[in-house]
Amino acid sequence: MKNVNRGLPSIDGKGLMMGIPAYTDDLADANSLIIKVLRSPHPFAKINKIDTNRASEINGVECVLTYKDFKRIPITRAGQGYPEPSPHDKFILDNYVRYIGDEVAVVAAVDLQTAEKAIKLIEVDYKVLEPVLDFEVAYDNKTIIHDEPEIHEMFPIGFEPKKNVAAAYDMHVGNIDETLKNCDVVYEASFYTQAQAHVMMEPHTANARIDCYGRLVIYSSTQTPYHVRRIISQALQYPLSKIRVIKPRVGGGFGGKQCIHGEFFVSAVTLKTGKPSKLVYTRKEVFESSFSRHPMRFDVKLGATKKGILKGIDVSVLSDTGAYGEHALTVFMVAGAKVLPLYNKVDAVRFGGKVVYTNHTPAGAFRGYGAIQGNYALESAIDMLCEKLSIDPIIFREKNMIKEGESSPIFKIMGEGTEGIEMNVESCKLDYCVKRGHELINWKDKYPFVNGENSKVRGVGMAIAMQGSGIPYIDMASAMIKLNDDGFYNLIIGATDIGQGSDTILAQIAAEVLETDLDKMIVYSSDTDLAPFDCGAYASSTTYVSGNAVVKAAKNMRKMLIKEGARSLDVKEEEIIFDGVLFQTEDGKKSITLSELSNRLFYSEDQQQLVATNSYVGTKSPPPFMAGYVEVEVDTETGVVKVIDYTAVVDCGTTINPLLALGQVEGALAQGIGMTLYEEVLYNQKGGLITNNLMTYRIPTRKEITNMNVEFADSYEETGPYGAKSVGEIGIDTPPAAICNAIYNAVGVRIQSLPVTAENVLMGILKNKEKRNEK
Amino acid sequence: MKIQLIINGYKKELEVRPDEYLLDTLRNYNYLSVKRGCDSSSCGVCTVLLDGSPIASCSYLSIKASGHEITTAEGIQKEAAQISTYFGNEGADQCGFCNPALALTVYAMKRELSNPTDEEIRDYLVGNLCRCSGYVGQQRAIRAYLEDTL
Repeated sequence: MKNVNRGLPSIDGKGLMMGIPAYTDDLADANSLIIKVLRSPHPFAKINKIDTNRASEINGVECVLTYKDFKRIPITRAGQGYPEPSPHDKFILDNYVRYIGDEVAVVAAVDLQTAEKAIKLIEVDYKVLEPVLDFEVAYDNKTIIHDEPEIHEMFPIGFEPKKNVAAAYDMHVGNIDETLKNCDVVYEASFYTQAQAHVMMEPHTANARIDCYGRLVIYSSTQTPYHVRRIISQALQYPLSKIRVIKPRVGGGFGGKQCIHGEFFVSAVTLKTGKPSKLVYTRKEVFESSFSRHPMRFDVKLGATKKGILKGIDVSVLSDTGAYGEHALTVFMVAGAKVLPLYNKVDAVRFGGKVVYTNHTPAGAFRGYGAIQGNYALESAIDMLCEKLSIDPIIFREKNMIKEGESSPIFKIMGEGTEGIEMNVESCKLDYCVKRGHELINWKDKYPFVNGENSKVRGVGMAIAMQGSGIPYIDMASAMIKLNDDGFYNLIIGATDIGQGSDTILAQIAAEVLETDLDKMIVYSSDTDLAPFDCGAYASSTTYVSGNAVVKAAKNMRKMLIKEGARSLDVKEEEIIFDGVLFQTEDGKKSITLSELSNRLFYSEDQQQLVATNSYVGTKSPPPFMAGYVEVEVDTETGVVKVIDYTAVVDCGTTINPLLALGQVEGALAQGIGMTLYEEVLYNQKGGLITNNLMTYRIPTRKEITNMNVEFADSYEETGPYGAKSVGEIGIDTPPAAICNAIYNAVGVRIQSLPVTAENVLMGILKNKEKRNEK
Repeated sequence: MKIQLIINGYKKELEVRPDEYLLDTLRNYNYLSVKRGCDSSSCGVCTVLLDGSPIASCSYLSIKASGHEITTAEGIQKEAAQISTYFGNEGADQCGFCNPALALTVYAMKRELSNPTDEEIRDYLVGNLCRCSGYVGQQRAIRAYLEDTL
């Protein structure tokens, strides 16, 4: 039975649709104390005095915690490899608050009403300080957001808190100034991206209890259970060996659950009271007090010859990490590392800038992780350069983009937080993706625009993108396979299924190696006591890194089985043929079924438990590639933009499960379209988030996303499991640039700040009219 | 105070506070298919059927529901399982958090609309947000389900 490159339904889909309790809050202890967090009403303030006496005295309040209850241990909440490339600039609770929504105090009570009542009775005397609410003036501002002496970087990341710099980075190849000077045409522009919110349907949720062995058991809606265990241990100075983290089903993450959230508070409360506790963020807390995408400003300069050869790329970036520096450096670097190699034939590249602190909601990991921001800037600029050159943007890309077998110096120079790894892209069907998308959307009949009904104009646009497959030499995954009697297996993995279907595809991979049916490969994952280590669900790692670990473990199991099969038949291992069900000699004279063999190993002869395990850490990070094409309709009277069709052709190697891969791309496209057209982030003058609920922050509904056309290129990555690369993020990268290019092609308005709003498009249309009239 | 509900066909007497929302009541009584998503009746994951019609239980007072019939995904297990096979075949299920509510809404739509168009399906389900799937897979699955079962 073939198990890979096969569209099978996810193994948990049916149970979850039936509503079987499976998510973190479904599994909370029924007697859990309810935790509420008192949050800062000020963007920046010092707590002069905090009085919890009245709150503590209420009947039913079990504990009230303030900064006084915690040792001052600076940590980062970023779930990343250790030591983290993020600054250790956060205390569980502090006597300073740095954004509206920052944690002030924690109450645990017998029920929600009591907890809410107690929260209101905590008296806080704040010394309100001047906040930094504009990231463009944050650098070297007279307000220093992080002036604590204990905070530090784990290794050099450009951390300069006295200047409000969480991280900084600069690189160059060749002499960019010289190169640009010698170019026939130079295009220069700035682009801005917003603090997109993840809006996973399940809010951040955690609960804790002490088990009968006296150990702390945390259930968490997390993407990184092993990092949670490590960080909780560091932050609470509680032994790692006494903490167990279980990740149940997760209702979406998209990077938003790659950072620690309520785990601190449930752990602290349960350790202090000895009682189970739970915390479910309100939607307002998810918006205001978890994490967002890093807003960025890009100043881009591109230079090319008259003939359309791109010679130089110069990108200066300013990134806003908000009040704390989770993923500050790495997101910044990915904005270059997973964008610049697209154009690998240039003579010179420069990329650099700073990640600054502001008094806004902290930014963190978010699908695309810098690549979507960088892609928007570069791929918009490429189109504008093409216009200056009067060259078709597709022909230009085909001439200048990376091709199979080629490399880029960027791979070696830029990794995630550290140097990167030199590599050739052995699988790259980007040229096919561009051609096929061109055909599918019927570009030649639609480019640049077609007049529609009444005031409507339809335009097409496109962009190309790349991502990665895990973080080489850093992020490790492992797998364990156990043989059971009757010949079925357990696949036990650290990999973290957050809805993307990793439990399913990893079981498919194991079943393929062992030639068994998917329902004979029983998966258990993401439990720090029972499963082997895996860095978690991020950096487009799981298919490639965890998938390779599963292949290796399954091959070990196969070897063990053949050895035992040979022993049971009293022949040499080389004589055994095993087809997943039957072991037999070539002449067919001797045979034993897997079921018989496993029963023999359990109950009658050579008794032993067969367990195979193995790990994998990448030595390269083969990028998935894609071409995104979009047709938009712009209403020239209102400026409203509608996506008519989004076509994506993706090279993610050979898909393990084409159906689940399709879901990854479709879902990512919708998030990218949301960021481009709908998801506006507004703050009030005081620094409070206005768009802090689902009525003011609009994610696309099924009325806006009606037509997508996703295809996969025929591709095979030698180093991947069964030819696969990763696919989790690549789909999100193209919509901002492709849609803005399409709008430009339709009505000649270049949007340089996201999201695109009807007002901005209409203003652009009116300005163009004015200019035409002046002429 | 006490209220009477008929939940999934069974008469139940439940103890609630006067200001309690149906979402909390149902979760307190272990109807855990009903999820909490947004607290503002915007996302649809708390959807239950009240006398057969979808409502957002996060914003519906439990006392107001007294005397009425409530259906949760626990009450339409056969249909939810059936719908899920269509989602599975289209690569439309991911995190699953919004799916019990979506199954309920599709179930209600099927009883209410005969042979709905694509646009009518989207209109009926517009309150059921999903951040994973991009909706198009769900649309394919729901179409196929309706075509096979209507």
